[in-house]
Amino acid sequence: MVPLSSYLAVAACLFSVGVVGLFLNRKNVIIILMCIELILLAVNINFAAFSHFLRDIGGQVFIFFVLTVAASEVAVGLAILVAFYRNRRSIETEDINTLQG
Amino acid sequence: MVEAGFFYLFAGLAVIAGLGVVLSRNTVHSVMFLILCFFNAAGLFFLLDAEFIGIILILIYVGAVMVLFMFVVMMLEVNFARLREGFLRYLPAGGMIVLVLFIEIIAAASSGQFSPEGSPNPGHMAQQVNNTAEIGKILYTRYLLGFEVAAVILLVALVGAVVLTLRARKDARYQNISRQVNVHPEDRLRKVKM
Repeated sequence: MVPLSSYLAVAACLFSVGVVGLFLNRKNVIIILMCIELILLAVNINFAAFSHFLRDIGGQVFIFFVLTVAASEVAVGLAILVAFYRNRRSIETEDINTLQG
Repeated sequence: MVEAGFFYLFAGLAVIAGLGVVLSRNTVHSVMFLILCFFNAAGLFFLLDAEFIGIILILIYVGAVMVLFMFVVMMLEVNFARLREGFLRYLPAGGMIVLVLFIEIIAAASSGQFSPEGSPNPGHMAQQVNNTAEIGKILYTRYLLGFEVAAVILLVALVGAVVLTLRARKDARYQNISRQVNVHPEDRLRKVKM
């Protein structure tokens, strides 16, 4: 049987990869959104592991909620990105510093 | 034994795919690596008796969210090579922070607090336990408020995404429905005496 700490280690690896991706790809908003997805996936793996080992199905319900929030965040984030691209023809984070209407 | 093998397969592929997301030069490849990562995470969920969540991850994440990402990456005409300038500039600072974070999490995970003594490994659910039915039972009773809030969040995101990307054309001609409905005959018809 695979112990709980192995699942926690996998989640820690995915979380660290996601955070280091935020630092490396600071200019590309699309990859930043994908790194946030990776971080949330690591959180979900933790939830599922604890749900299984503590025999409490509430953890899986919370995975459901996290997935909901992540999906809406991606939808709104990409919509903002498309609207921004129409105005400025660029998606560099350095250009996103003016918020005049 | 078989389970441990599958665990290491899924875990290793998930981490490798995560590294691919972060390091690949082409953004389309990043999206593809993220899809691979989600498939392997779904495999991990299956190993943890969370079949419903694993299927949801494949259907909704790979089927909808990743397709949305792919759509946007292909729709925007951006010089992605230029976006990689200064790629390694923040590696020392970021690497230090992440290394400390990683060591902390690993230390907490292997501290024995979560070891088999703390919580005995319960083994797998029986074959006839229906994971979807169990989640449904608790989701529609104890977590009903959260479920409704999640539905409202999805609705707000839906409307918000449409409003943000909707672009009305200036030169197009539209009907003004309320003016059409509220029109009076006197506005349209003028009687003249001959």
